[in-house]
Amino acid sequence: MATLNQLVIGASIGAVLLLIALGLTFTFGQMGVINMAHGEFIMAGAYTAYLLQPLVGSQSVLVALPIAFGVAGLLGLILERLAIRHFYGRPLDTLLLTWGISLILQQVARDIFGAPNVQVRAPGWLTGGLDLGGVRLPYNRIFIMLLAVGCVLAIWVYLTRLKHGRRMRAVMQNRQLAAASGVATERVDQLTFFIGSGLAGVAGVALTLIGPVGPTLGTNYIVDAFLVVVAGGLGQLRGAVIAAFALGILNSFVEFWVDNGASFAKVVVFAVIIGFLQLRPQGMFVVRTRALS
Amino acid sequence: MSAAVDVPGKGAGAARRWRLAGPALFTGAAVLLLIAPAVLSPFRLDLLGKYLCFAIVAVGIGLAWGRGGMLTLGQGVFFGLGGYAMGMHLKLREAGPGGLPDFMVWSGVESLPALWRPFANPVFALAMVVLLPVTVAVLLGLLVFRQRVRGAYFAVLSQALAAAFVILLVGQQGLTGGTNGLTNFQTFFGLDLYQPGDKRILYLVVAGVLGVVFLVAWQLARSRFGQLLVAVRDGEDRVRFLGYDPAVVKTIAFAVSAGMAGIAGALFVPMVGLLSPANLGIVASLELLIGVAVGGRFSLAGAVGGALLVNYAKTIFSEQSADNWVYLQGAMFVVVMLWAPRGLAGVFTDVRAALGHRWRPRPAPAATRPTDATPAADPSATDPPPAGAQREEVRA
Amino acid sequence: MTGLLQIRGLNVAFSGFRAITDLDLTVAAGELRFLIGPNGAGKTTLIDVITGLTRPTSGSVRFAGEELVGRREHRIVRLGIGRTFQTSVVFEQLTVLENLDLAASFRRPLAARLRRRRDVSDQVAAALETTGLADLAYRPAGVLSHGQRQWLEIGMLLAQQPRLLLLDEPVAGMSRDERARTGELLRQVARDHTVIVVEHDMDFLRRFASTVTVLHEGRLLCEGTVAQVQADPRVQEVYLGRTRRETAELVKEAS
Repeated sequence: MATLNQLVIGASIGAVLLLIALGLTFTFGQMGVINMAHGEFIMAGAYTAYLLQPLVGSQSVLVALPIAFGVAGLLGLILERLAIRHFYGRPLDTLLLTWGISLILQQVARDIFGAPNVQVRAPGWLTGGLDLGGVRLPYNRIFIMLLAVGCVLAIWVYLTRLKHGRRMRAVMQNRQLAAASGVATERVDQLTFFIGSGLAGVAGVALTLIGPVGPTLGTNYIVDAFLVVVAGGLGQLRGAVIAAFALGILNSFVEFWVDNGASFAKVVVFAVIIGFLQLRPQGMFVVRTRALS
Repeated sequence: MSAAVDVPGKGAGAARRWRLAGPALFTGAAVLLLIAPAVLSPFRLDLLGKYLCFAIVAVGIGLAWGRGGMLTLGQGVFFGLGGYAMGMHLKLREAGPGGLPDFMVWSGVESLPALWRPFANPVFALAMVVLLPVTVAVLLGLLVFRQRVRGAYFAVLSQALAAAFVILLVGQQGLTGGTNGLTNFQTFFGLDLYQPGDKRILYLVVAGVLGVVFLVAWQLARSRFGQLLVAVRDGEDRVRFLGYDPAVVKTIAFAVSAGMAGIAGALFVPMVGLLSPANLGIVASLELLIGVAVGGRFSLAGAVGGALLVNYAKTIFSEQSADNWVYLQGAMFVVVMLWAPRGLAGVFTDVRAALGHRWRPRPAPAATRPTDATPAADPSATDPPPAGAQREEVRA
Repeated sequence: MTGLLQIRGLNVAFSGFRAITDLDLTVAAGELRFLIGPNGAGKTTLIDVITGLTRPTSGSVRFAGEELVGRREHRIVRLGIGRTFQTSVVFEQLTVLENLDLAASFRRPLAARLRRRRDVSDQVAAALETTGLADLAYRPAGVLSHGQRQWLEIGMLLAQQPRLLLLDEPVAGMSRDERARTGELLRQVARDHTVIVVEHDMDFLRRFASTVTVLHEGRLLCEGTVAQVQADPRVQEVYLGRTRRETAELVKEAS
């Protein structure tokens, strides 16, 4: 019974991770851009929900979802146009550049909203939970899982069925060929970054359901999210899904079973990922090409 | 082993002049650092000593990142391993035989944990200062580099290690002092840390260690190994066909940088008087890096200078308000990456080259050999070029 | 018959695409063997397999009795096999001398690698002389012309003191004079080493080759001296046949 509970908790952590990693799968996976400010886009999404609260009341979460997507997406787009597009092919420099931007954005948030955490009130229909034979399923976590699944489905449909999405995949798999075939790769890059960052905003809104909002909201999750992308394979949707849930569940079990497990959980996850990379150094799923090295 | 072939000499004059500039700069800096105790107040001297500790880490980063192309975002881990090793020993010394360190008494710990016991021995502790970080680095390096995991992945993993390490330290209150870490150091191998005179001696020790570490890194950089390291950075797959396993080359450089960071951490503890997880995490690790980025990652001297400069700026700016320092730091990362990726040393070399070009008539066609101060290629991309292509510009 | 390099039953496939099928090849010590075939024949893939860059699906590659399949690239280099690449990969920031020294360094003791290069070692000097690059010893490799870069690559190969050299299209993009010089270089190198040259250029082949192996679509087509191979109707078909047929069809359409 306790095991099942831990499984549920782990799955909900996994869902949160997935939402965050989903955006990263686009920017990191598709474009090879390491955006350290991704966490701050999450934070922006969360603060958007916070700002909407006095306007819309307790249903702000639902209204906030698309607005946060737009706000965060816009932030990402600006970042891409102003700075990142000069850095393609230089992932490590992008990393440091976006780290600097992340610091600045965090400080701006501190200056505007104050350093202490603020709370976003969850709507009434999301408080409480289901009790299924001893296993507790909080509504807010169910909502997050549904949201995560929904986003994954939406993206999957986009990438496989819609023309725009297929173009995106083409650019990811072979940029030069796509360009030669007439795809406007710059536009695709902008769109990719917009969507990836927008997803971070959505994740931020989701996070308001399970905890307070503060300037460091993003940093708490961003490292784990990167690990999910690394383990899942760059740009691989399936990989991100599996890795996110695996990490979430692993995390929760270590915390539960090991004495003082919370302090060990991250170390164990780290060790497991290093071990996993021994077997599959490029992550779970990899696009196999004839290209060498 | 003389050449059987008559090889024409290099442009002797110009090369010789630049070669003197290096040692001159080094002696000048050494002199400045050595007279500092006579000139600065004890408070400021302590600050300078702290900066020098960070400079030691910076030298290692210059080797691993600048020459080796490994962006390591977790140097804080190695800094911390060395620091805690030293800290544990000092705490046990102060507690006396059979005694418990103060924070354990406050936490209600009853007997000394087994992990701590061997650190009572100074030789063991000193060995661990270097061995702990080096072992972790070797393990991580081989496990990661052997699988040809590089560049971005490696950076992300090193960051995850730092995050995990901090959580581990914070969670084990009874073992490590938790969030507060180790504080309240009184003595350091016979030196009284509350006496300015003894602190001056400690400062000179730190300065001396920095000098040694710098010379070691400098020699490594200009040796064949150093060239090999740069070759691995710029064309890892090509290097395999030179008979070398790039993973081993990178791991060696990484381990050296880890050892240097460990030593720096061990000196930081008596110099500053405390060590906490805040000095080791992701933010701290990146602060260790910003100095190298600003000063110039391709120049060891630049790395040292940058570390000193940035930490001085941090002291000044945080005095007014902690917020200002965050903005400055962020701005530094952005500005350096956008406009001066080779740092101040790079700007300096560019200016020097531009001036030299205008004044001196072009000497006989001999190439200036890449010295320590001249950066190699523009290697900001560590994604290796496809087998066969080298894309860097030439610096003639 | 034992040879220095023995390949048996080699199969290489990339996600369904069969690059090499059932290849048997033997090269004796001291041979200068040319490997030719149209694009996509599998020549570079074969070199990649020998040097450990690509893993075959099945088959064996033995060098002086040692199995190479499964070994990593740098280990194969240490066994005494060296290769050049189609696009030259010299280290442009380093001088010619430094490039050669670096290539020679793995055979030197550890202490030598921790020191700075002080003088010119014998292997490096010999490589400089053989490739004729002595005048350029202190120039950075980046300023070399295309032809000179290829010679530097071969020089780096020589500095490694290999037993088997694999040259991948060494004269691609070279002028006539450069080709002649490369051919002479090849002849000189082949005196004390075993050399396999992948080439396209029929002219170069006719002037400098002695034995030739022809690959086509991943299979061995024909082997022998230049004269034998040129006279072989299958080779003619593969190299010339299509064009002739196409020309014939065009003529038919026009009339």
